[in-house]
Amino acid sequence: MTQYETVIGLEVHVELKTRSKIFCDSTAEFGSEPNTHVCPVCMGLPGVLPVVNKNVVEYAIRAALALNCRIASYSKFDRKNYYYPDMPKNYQISQYDLPIAEHGYLNIDVNGETRRIGITRLHMEEDTGKLVHQGTITTTPFSLVDYNRAGVPLIEIVSEPDLRSPEEAYEYLNKLKAIIQYTGVSDCKMEEGSLRCDANVSVRPAGSKEFGVKTEIKNMNSFKALQKALTYEVERQIEVVEDGGRIIQETRTWDEGKGVTLSMRSKEYAHDYRYLPDPDLVPMVIDREWVDEIKRSLPELPDDRKERYVGEFGLPAYDAMVLTNTKELADYFEACVVAYSNPKTVSNWVMGDLSRLLNANNTDITDCPIKPEQLAAMLQLLEKGTISGKIAKTVFEEMFASGKDAETIVKEKGLVQISDEGAIAAIVDEVIANNQKSVEDFRAGKDRALGFLVGQVMKASRGKANPEMVNKLLKERLS
Amino acid sequence: MITVKDVDHVALLGRLELTAEEKEMFTRQLNDILEHFRSLERLNTENVQPTAHVLPLQNVYREDLVGQHMPREDALSNCPDREENYFKVPKIV
Repeated sequence: MTQYETVIGLEVHVELKTRSKIFCDSTAEFGSEPNTHVCPVCMGLPGVLPVVNKNVVEYAIRAALALNCRIASYSKFDRKNYYYPDMPKNYQISQYDLPIAEHGYLNIDVNGETRRIGITRLHMEEDTGKLVHQGTITTTPFSLVDYNRAGVPLIEIVSEPDLRSPEEAYEYLNKLKAIIQYTGVSDCKMEEGSLRCDANVSVRPAGSKEFGVKTEIKNMNSFKALQKALTYEVERQIEVVEDGGRIIQETRTWDEGKGVTLSMRSKEYAHDYRYLPDPDLVPMVIDREWVDEIKRSLPELPDDRKERYVGEFGLPAYDAMVLTNTKELADYFEACVVAYSNPKTVSNWVMGDLSRLLNANNTDITDCPIKPEQLAAMLQLLEKGTISGKIAKTVFEEMFASGKDAETIVKEKGLVQISDEGAIAAIVDEVIANNQKSVEDFRAGKDRALGFLVGQVMKASRGKANPEMVNKLLKERLS
Repeated sequence: MITVKDVDHVALLGRLELTAEEKEMFTRQLNDILEHFRSLERLNTENVQPTAHVLPLQNVYREDLVGQHMPREDALSNCPDREENYFKVPKIV
């Protein structure tokens, strides 16, 4: 059987978090009533003139620098002509042959191996309006159009065809999202559409140098959908080739409900964009000093931060990777470490109990009810032996639910650990007296019986007995 | 040389419905226009930088500030068809 190699390239659109749109002063805010965030410029009325929002250029450069791109010294805007009604002008202002940035890369970790994925280009463009369809898209003869989004600034980031599996595509998108979020130019929320991703997919016999015919996959609205759609498309293409067929260059849409990709339109027919330089927008000559200034203002990026966590905090690479995946989580972790200087313990709680509670409550670290100082204070109680590890978990859940300090909860509920030897000894003696069978088992060499007896003591003390002391006293009495 | 086939293609991209006579006419006219511009080829451009713009301007930016929106009724006032507060158009894809 022929072995196939998968080749994937991603085109990612990211909405920039500016106040106003890219070419006019309408708000770029998400949502609101249809056709209210509009003005004569973004409605494409005759006689208007677009003017570039300087922040858009700055944000694009910022993102491009974080992605190791070369910033152009001369750049311009072009018109991309087409006849879909999602732009009132019948063209979209984009960048064609002189994008703001090119030749970047980012690193991904797959199966313990670091791979560098090339970024071909990053360019600025305006977002389109939104088409709403009543009923299903296949049956309705009409589209309803809302132009609130028309003119919201976007950057499009095009990768090289360097990705070799759906997993790598997933890791690439995840890393890209993390880097852009760190720079602060976008929220990158896939569910709100501020991060969108299309994929070019092809397969070829392993070892072949030539690319196979590619298809473009659209409408993948989550990270999971991306992976599922790509996995499906790769299998579909291999099947077509195996059956002696040919792949047709076309755009396909991911149907989440059916779990398949479906043909949308033939590429040759629809894509004739007749790009031309936009005569309304004058060229941009990018000042090197401006670029350097933006570069200096970049925060520490995920790869550097991850490396520092391993070097400075002595964390395992896995912990470092998970914690630095979003800036917010990493900031939270570091705020905890400032107040409680055992990074591995903090990491265990953040990646374990805290992440579990955040997931279960469908929230994320930015809305975490436990402040970093509160987590640190709880860990101090644990370290001092005021509470046991078991009680700590209960306290932690209560902190998450109520937002109260650990100390308050411990006092209110009387959860202070019993470390008084006399008090524990009394419980131990009672448990030994009531569990003679287990005592004999232990003396007969069954070590597991000890665990049972410890459990009985803990239960009798309602979890408050100091476990080490319980162990010690039980062993003394049984030996 | 522009052919009727080119005119057909451009008409489709521009959503224009043309009669056979119009296609003939536009084919002829477009060729005349191209011929006219061919006279530019006689100029010596050896020392001229290629450009996408002819204005002596660059780096015209605006600050990132939000201004007035137009009233929604104005925005919708010229559309041939609407449904509630949306523009209503024939479906393309």
